[in-house]
Amino acid sequence: MIDLEHIHRDFQVGDQFVHALDDVTLHIDAGDYVSIMGPSGSGKSTLLNIIGLLDRPTGGTYRLNGRDVTDLSDAEQAHVRNREIGFVFQAFHLVPRLTAFENVELPLILAGMEPAERQERVREALEAMGLTARARHKPDQLSGGQRQRVAIARATVTRPNVILADEPTGNLDHTSGGEVVRTLEALNAQGIALIVVTHDPLVGERARRQLHMLDGRLHRDVSGHAPA
Amino acid sequence: MRSRDFLQLTGTSLVAHRLRSLLTALGIAVGIAAVIILTAIGEGLHKFVLEEFTQFGTTLVAINPGKATTAGTTMGVFGTNRPLTIDDAEALGRLPYVEAVVPFVQGNAEVDAGGRRRRTNVYGTGPQMPEAFRMHVRSGRFLPADDPDAPRAFAVLGSKLRAELFGTRNPLGQRIAIGGSRYRVIGVMESKGTVLGFDLDDSVYIPATRALGLFNRDSLFEIDVLYREETPVEKVVEGIRQTLVARHGKEDFTITTQQQMLDVLGSVLDVLTFAVGAIGGISLLVGSIGIVTIMTIAVNERTAEIGLLRALGARRRQILALFLGEAVVLAAIGGLAGLLLGIGTAWLLHAVIPALPVHTPVRFVILAETLSLLIGLAAGVLPARRAARLDPVAALRAE
Repeated sequence: MIDLEHIHRDFQVGDQFVHALDDVTLHIDAGDYVSIMGPSGSGKSTLLNIIGLLDRPTGGTYRLNGRDVTDLSDAEQAHVRNREIGFVFQAFHLVPRLTAFENVELPLILAGMEPAERQERVREALEAMGLTARARHKPDQLSGGQRQRVAIARATVTRPNVILADEPTGNLDHTSGGEVVRTLEALNAQGIALIVVTHDPLVGERARRQLHMLDGRLHRDVSGHAPA
Repeated sequence: MRSRDFLQLTGTSLVAHRLRSLLTALGIAVGIAAVIILTAIGEGLHKFVLEEFTQFGTTLVAINPGKATTAGTTMGVFGTNRPLTIDDAEALGRLPYVEAVVPFVQGNAEVDAGGRRRRTNVYGTGPQMPEAFRMHVRSGRFLPADDPDAPRAFAVLGSKLRAELFGTRNPLGQRIAIGGSRYRVIGVMESKGTVLGFDLDDSVYIPATRALGLFNRDSLFEIDVLYREETPVEKVVEGIRQTLVARHGKEDFTITTQQQMLDVLGSVLDVLTFAVGAIGGISLLVGSIGIVTIMTIAVNERTAEIGLLRALGARRRQILALFLGEAVVLAAIGGLAGLLLGIGTAWLLHAVIPALPVHTPVRFVILAETLSLLIGLAAGVLPARRAARLDPVAALRAE
């Protein structure tokens, strides 16, 4: 499903080039459960951003579901993000002035979906997260775990085939963190590919396939695949 | 995105910062109100002055001695020019489309009515003056159509002068002395009020030939010609010019049509209205800077939200539209409030000071609201473009 070939991502800091990603080649199957681990600055977030079409590689090609998405225009990339990718962030990124329901509705509003169809989808997504009773609450009236579950509902409401989670438990205590991980794994069990970037080995080691990054390269690929 | 959702999304962010949105809109409201009030006063003044002029009618042509190169009146006699005489006036009266001719001399003299004395305006004029200037006689009659070269010594009083000299007594038939010469009062004019600084009620009207003698002059100040409405003004001006050139041998006079005077006056007043409107525009400018400021702050505060929207599939154009929309809605609300405030204040001004002319034309109202929308658009462009150009990865990191 995800094919990265010889991906480079260079940043210019002052007059120096930093190789955030250095010749990364990676294939991820549909429905897989992958964790990306590694120390700060190893390039794991950059890799996730490139997979999520939030960032563009400076070299290499990226094919998503067989389609070359490396050089899509801004609008086309936005469309792919909206339809095919769900994001879960460490800081939840809920809009504080909107209710849980309205936050989950946002991607559908951006897609221009009819209100009636939207309502139904949002209700289902919230119900799946066990948040039906919290639909009218604002984010500041919800606990950390509930907020992240609202964010997951928002990531799934568009029915994507991959969810990208960047440190999804980073801002949560152990109990809520475990709950969120189990929620994400339940989605994976339904066939949605799950890619989790994490510092936490306890979270990372639950994945079927574990990628370790170091200095912008894939250092170790635990699952039988040999690193490229 | 559907337009209703767009408006709703814009609305939530404005409502979330109610006080801030209100104050920003107030800045625009004050600006729009200032423009409305100031231009309303300007327009009112415009109408007032033009009405002062047109109360004499618009089919008037004035001839003054001396040649002026620009449109305007010249007072007095210059150099070797031949004077404008009563005979000139008589000649003009024979033109076919001329309805009335009014010779005109003005000066100051002491009027003595059996012991009561008053220095006042003395107008030397002809029998057709009330007709030409739309003035009316209240009692008695106006100066009769005597032989213009030797008119009888009759005088007509303005209403105020009559009250000063005679009180409640009947002045008709009474003898008065003007500058030492004896006159008989044959009429009293209806009150006309002050016109551009000249109190027509505190005046006495005598035959032009006698006024020339009284003030020891050989030229009239002015001859006013009232022509038939259906005659084109160019034809009237040309006829007058030819008649007088034939009599004087050269063009040593100036013809000014009422329309020319109105045009000149109108353009002067337009500049005035524009100038006061521009002063109001300055406060509008200040208001629009408020919008720029608030939108810049909003983009900074909501950087993470912008990153999120981008991640959820918002295109750059949608981000641009969202922030532009907020700026325009702010300005539109401010503009609407300013309109109500401005029209209300103008109306109140008029109610409190009826003498102050106030007039709010509909086109100004539409113009002001359009202007506030444009201001919102212009003020929103920079912050909205900044928002749209944010790198989503960097924006998501902002907290």
